[in-house]
Amino acid sequence: MVHSPGSGPGGCAHRAARGVTRRSLLRGAAAGAGAVAVPALLTACGSGPGGGVTLGSNASDAVPKRAYADAFAAYEKKSKKDVKVNTVNHENINRYLQGTPDDVFTWFAGYRMQYFARKGLLADISDLWRGFDGFSDAVKKQSTGEDGKQYFVPYYYYPWAVFHRKSVFRTRGYEIPKNFDQYRALARQMQKDGLTPFALGDKEGWPAMGTFDYLDMRANGYDFHIALMRGEKSWTSPQVRQVFDLWRGLLPYHQKGANGRTWQEAAQSLQQKKTGMAVLGLPHPGQQFTVQNRADLDFFPFPEIDPAFGQEAVEAPVDGFLLAKKARNRAGAEDLLRFLATPQAELIYLKSDPNNVAVNSGAGTGSYDALQKKAVRLVSGARQISQFMDRDTRPDFASTVLIQAIQQFIGDPDDIDGLVNGIERQKKQIFAAD
Amino acid sequence: MNRTTGTRPATPPKTVTPRPARRRGPRRHTHRDLAVLCVLLGLPILLDLALVWGPTLASVALSFTTWDGVGDIHWAGLNNYADLFADYPQFWPAVRNNLLWLAALGLLATPFGLLLAVLIDRGVRFSRLYQSTLYMPVVLSLAVVGFIAQLILSRDQGALNALLGRQDHPVDWLGDPDLNIWMILLAACWRHTGYVMILYLAGLKSVDPELKEAAAIDGANERQAFFRVVLPALRPVNVIVGVITVIEALRAFDIVYAVNKGRNGLELLSVLVTDNIIGEASRIGFGSAIAVVLLLVSLGFIITYLVQELRGEQRR
Repeated sequence: MVHSPGSGPGGCAHRAARGVTRRSLLRGAAAGAGAVAVPALLTACGSGPGGGVTLGSNASDAVPKRAYADAFAAYEKKSKKDVKVNTVNHENINRYLQGTPDDVFTWFAGYRMQYFARKGLLADISDLWRGFDGFSDAVKKQSTGEDGKQYFVPYYYYPWAVFHRKSVFRTRGYEIPKNFDQYRALARQMQKDGLTPFALGDKEGWPAMGTFDYLDMRANGYDFHIALMRGEKSWTSPQVRQVFDLWRGLLPYHQKGANGRTWQEAAQSLQQKKTGMAVLGLPHPGQQFTVQNRADLDFFPFPEIDPAFGQEAVEAPVDGFLLAKKARNRAGAEDLLRFLATPQAELIYLKSDPNNVAVNSGAGTGSYDALQKKAVRLVSGARQISQFMDRDTRPDFASTVLIQAIQQFIGDPDDIDGLVNGIERQKKQIFAAD
Repeated sequence: MNRTTGTRPATPPKTVTPRPARRRGPRRHTHRDLAVLCVLLGLPILLDLALVWGPTLASVALSFTTWDGVGDIHWAGLNNYADLFADYPQFWPAVRNNLLWLAALGLLATPFGLLLAVLIDRGVRFSRLYQSTLYMPVVLSLAVVGFIAQLILSRDQGALNALLGRQDHPVDWLGDPDLNIWMILLAACWRHTGYVMILYLAGLKSVDPELKEAAAIDGANERQAFFRVVLPALRPVNVIVGVITVIEALRAFDIVYAVNKGRNGLELLSVLVTDNIIGEASRIGFGSAIAVVLLLVSLGFIITYLVQELRGEQRR
């Protein structure tokens, strides 16, 4: 899936390493890149054809894969140029980009993109951006590296919110909660009615991150949340403890055994009316609801906790494309990116994957269903847009510390002190490593 | 032996002619010998250096650095190890799980495999059926065993909770960190038992039946005959099984990775190495430190094994 961190063979690491110190260190190792490279050496490396553009896509699920294929086919028809798609697992992105990467590849906006831009692995596409039209300033900011140059072509996004079934709310007479007290009261009522209030599956490690993000942004504001993600605030601060405290108060209303359940199973329980609500991104319940049931799916923005921050921040991860610095066919790649930045290209994609929303404001919403239209309203009314925990912070911090910490919290919510102390100690090591 | 032929009738017939004594002094190798030696000995040594020793030493060296795979390398001294032992919450559970894994395979699956082999070797009814059924999981990769385990053990949709009639109060076989490692060990033992069984079956077939008969004549009962005569005769197989068990336990990875990426109670050293090095994280220095710990644990077993083998060699 889109976020899931982890690992898999996706990189090619047989290129000679750069940097004198490293080379001298590894000279003794005849294998070149050492132990690290050996597994990667064994994986197949995609090599592009001469004229066309190669594109590394991490969309292996059927729906997005077909949707991407439609968009690229449209480009091939229009430009008479080839796009060769290699479906790769991007978990190994570091070595992928240092090896022989595809010219263009799918990736995520925000800090997780900036991290690789700072490492010098991405090509600056500021020139292309001057010709782009229809992207808001907020989106441009998410596509911009720390050096002020643009690296990212945004394609589609999907907001996170609290999903539920209209019919359940209608027949039981539930009201949409505006603030946290109403939210808790609704959960209590659902439990009384024999319904599990919140669906939760965190086996993959990332789905529960969305709940943390919203609790933190509502309780402490967007600026605090982003600073925390960037390692500038302490995880042992009272603000973070408060977030875990609020969450602990909600956990008894969640499905039990969340660490053993996939997000698909959680979304299915919502679809089967066994659970009442779920904090997820639009594609997640979207993919698990049948076409007939889809009209019954609805969402509301995460409720307000501190009136000072209201509901102004919305979590809406943006997916898009990057140009590798090592691209072999840069001109072709830029031409493809120029096409992908157009509203038409986005709409072709969305036709087959209606669980997302186009980033370009020029994309007509005429073909959107009610859910997509609501998503557009939610995001366009937002004062701040966050990307998602594992996109707003360093990839090594998210995948080796936060996933485990949140799973630990779900399993044992009472040891908040031990939890935040452990996170903070590891954070210091990781952020000091640069 | 030297055949006497008719062409040399004068020599007195001898049954054994001593081979002409070798010339003393350094041996002479022809160029051809040298070339053959280089190819047959040099190439493997080169490959060994390049593919085993090089990466190993590189890992050890990298474990004293902080390197993210892109920038320059900075020396970090023993910091990685200090952080690992003190501040990495997954480390000690991973060590514990690796040892559990070793204990389960060595103390449960291996003896059980031997027992099954003995039973089948004695020719119980349908032994061929048992043999193939028990061997079946061995042809599956552990990752596939992991997927099968999920189908059975999943909390909401798994077969086991349905069979137990616990849909209302399901047991979280894979999500509960106190429980999931045992379930996974069970699945791993399922596969390992078949593996061990087939090795012992092959070994038992090669034990000379006369040994057992002799033991019986000497008045040994079946138990004594097995433990005092058959099992010692199986020594080469025992060694192979022991080595395989240790290797399987230390390299365990795919099954937990297939289940939940080796988190939340299923940590293993190999998973931590992967999480830190192969994943997007690229904490190569830190991950190498974990790999070195795994190397040291493995070396402990390798050295013990070699010492035992060499001692045994001397005794014989």
